[in-house]
Amino acid sequence: MTNDVRSKSIDPACQEMLRACEKAGLETAWDRLEKQQPQCGFGELGICCRNCNMGPCRIDPFGEGASAGVCGATADIIVARNLLRSIAAGAAAHSDHGRDVAHAFQLIVEGKAPSYGIKDQEKLDRLMKEYGVDSPALLAAAILAEFGKQDGPIQFTRRVPPQRLELWKKLGIDPRGVDREIVECMHRTHIGVDNDYVNLILHGLRTSISDGWGGSMIATELQDVIFGTPKPLFSEANMGVIKPDQVNLIVHGHEPLLSEMIVAAASDPDMIELARNEGAKGINLAGICCTANELLMRQGVPMAGNFLSQELIMATGAVEAMVVDVQCIMPALGPLASCFHTKFISTSPKAKFPGATHMEFHEDTAGETAKEIVRTAIKNFRNRDPSRVQIPDIKTRCMAGFSVEAIVSALGGSLDPLIEAIKSGSIRGIGAVVGCNNPKITQDFGHIGMVRELIKNNVLVLTTGCNAQACAKAGLLQPEAAEKAGDGLKGVCQALGVPPVLHMGSCVDISRILVAAAALANALGVDISDLPAAGAAPEWMSEKAVSIGAYVVSSGVFTVLGTVPPVMGSKAVADLLTSGAKDVVGACFAVEPDPVKAASLMIEHIDSQRRKLGLA
Amino acid sequence: MIAMKENKEIFVRLERCMGCRSCEMACAIEHSISKNLISSISEKPVPVRLLYVEKAEGRNVPMICRHCQDAPCVAVCRTGALVQDSLSGVVERIEENCMGCWMCAMICPYGVVGRKKEVRMAVKCDRCKSLEVPACVAACPTGALIYSTQREFAEMMRKEAAARIAREARGLAKA
Repeated sequence: MTNDVRSKSIDPACQEMLRACEKAGLETAWDRLEKQQPQCGFGELGICCRNCNMGPCRIDPFGEGASAGVCGATADIIVARNLLRSIAAGAAAHSDHGRDVAHAFQLIVEGKAPSYGIKDQEKLDRLMKEYGVDSPALLAAAILAEFGKQDGPIQFTRRVPPQRLELWKKLGIDPRGVDREIVECMHRTHIGVDNDYVNLILHGLRTSISDGWGGSMIATELQDVIFGTPKPLFSEANMGVIKPDQVNLIVHGHEPLLSEMIVAAASDPDMIELARNEGAKGINLAGICCTANELLMRQGVPMAGNFLSQELIMATGAVEAMVVDVQCIMPALGPLASCFHTKFISTSPKAKFPGATHMEFHEDTAGETAKEIVRTAIKNFRNRDPSRVQIPDIKTRCMAGFSVEAIVSALGGSLDPLIEAIKSGSIRGIGAVVGCNNPKITQDFGHIGMVRELIKNNVLVLTTGCNAQACAKAGLLQPEAAEKAGDGLKGVCQALGVPPVLHMGSCVDISRILVAAAALANALGVDISDLPAAGAAPEWMSEKAVSIGAYVVSSGVFTVLGTVPPVMGSKAVADLLTSGAKDVVGACFAVEPDPVKAASLMIEHIDSQRRKLGLA
Repeated sequence: MIAMKENKEIFVRLERCMGCRSCEMACAIEHSISKNLISSISEKPVPVRLLYVEKAEGRNVPMICRHCQDAPCVAVCRTGALVQDSLSGVVERIEENCMGCWMCAMICPYGVVGRKKEVRMAVKCDRCKSLEVPACVAACPTGALIYSTQREFAEMMRKEAAARIAREARGLAKA
């Protein structure tokens, strides 16, 4: 592998910091990927099984050696079981996030979490109506009960068009309860339980639906209730948001529960005074990963970078504290922090890290903990070594805050103008582009290559997660980016004053895209699988992305993956996912690492959907 | 007659082999048409590996053609399908000459002559002529396979042994 930083990232700030890291001898994910070469072919194909201690077993993909594990599991069984476990882990991560938010909501309602309040009463009322309850306490109980339900239904799944719900029921994949489906994944993949790859994958779809239309949607909706439903706002993205003369506090991870409290604590006049006394000009808060998305969407807090930026941001030497909660936080940050004055602070009882200071967060004492963390960051300012500070002077303006409610409001109160634009062809269709960074793909290259191609072809892009941050850094989230769109999309964006790429939030906020898709389908009187829409995860890497891909396809949206999932060791499973699923749930996956070719696949799909709907 | 110039060979450090079979997989891929993991597994003819990780007496033992001097497989080949390059010492098989008599397989003391899946034809390690480092060696994640001259290999082993002896001697002196 070349040491050329351009092969590692297209983000100029990351390129600058990669050069700095190389000079300083600091190791990054790209170096570790290189040290992992060659990666195990059995793992890449998904044909190794460690589920029991008769193994580990592997299938010889060339058919010369073992064609079954000790128990007799073939490649089809092993691949499907491994896939199911990935979906379970991804759904668990999203849904456990949802559970934490629901739990916090219950404490707020009970008056046991004094630092929080209710910011969106209107949404709260709407949710109570949807659940058929007449008090917030009953709503909290009803939502928390979704996790432990045995026989369903999960209320939000009823937001899908009736055709979709009928299909799910017919296939037996209407989820019965969030936790039940995840537990059952683990049961089914235990030695000697479910050994039918189709049956295994169908349960995977059911589990993923309990994530997208369950755990994730619960997280989004209740976060909106507690912290406010996002409205369009402007902010900035990339490492240039780190300020040389201020206390830089970086929040990283996924849940807004603590980070929202840190936002409040960092704007406390006492804290700002303390920072000034320590020689800083103020307190500067910025985010990484989905914590950044959550805070950007609601508070306009700037984003320092996406997943692969995390080490590079710490390596600027200007970070007083990096505060993390859960998910996508590299354990490499511990050793890296020890090379600087940076305090690496873990906060979740679920996620501790070697080299981190643990300052545990609990809902009832959230405000105090947040202040303590901000104070720790401020006190650390004097330990910064200015000679080791290097902050790339690169940042981009971005517009975010596009909740479904905000989109509807921007459209003048209904989705009709969007539907008209789709019917007229000025908007050819909708592309939902989401997902991670993965050092196997040049950082942001997959995201930006695809999104540029889509908007050029009049496909309106809805984005969340690391794709949203890639787009923000590349300037695609500014209204001026409409210039880069095809004439039809450009006209619509300019009329509304919005970018051609709408930032809808964090990874759990992909549930917003689901809600938008369901609303569009309902307005047109069709199923989601009939919409001129396609999904993509160009640089995906996490198990959460596996669950996301599964629920997006289960919901009826064709989805293109930019990195190859570990299923190719079974032709049967690979065929089911990339074509057979179309006859089952009306959508399937495709794998295409080339972002422009992948965009073409999406556009071809959108065009064929348009033809089926009788649109030109 | 093999030239005196010392060629590189594939050496094995047994204690490092984890039995992951990455070498076998890399070998099969390198000897496929596409030379790509995901495409190669559906190719016809099915790519075959030319080295073998065996488990014996509780240890993992990568078995790989030693390309012996005056190789017995070459000596017994009646059709000129096996030839030894006089410069590199590499024993190669010429596909069109092989008639599948298996004399080579019978005489090879290591059992590293394989066969093509679909055709009655011998296959064996060609030490990846087109690569600077053979695919199996490049794929080994633990450095169990080493591609070097015998002199370099022996020197490395010697230095490791020397370091071990020195440590032990230091330990004894302290005691």
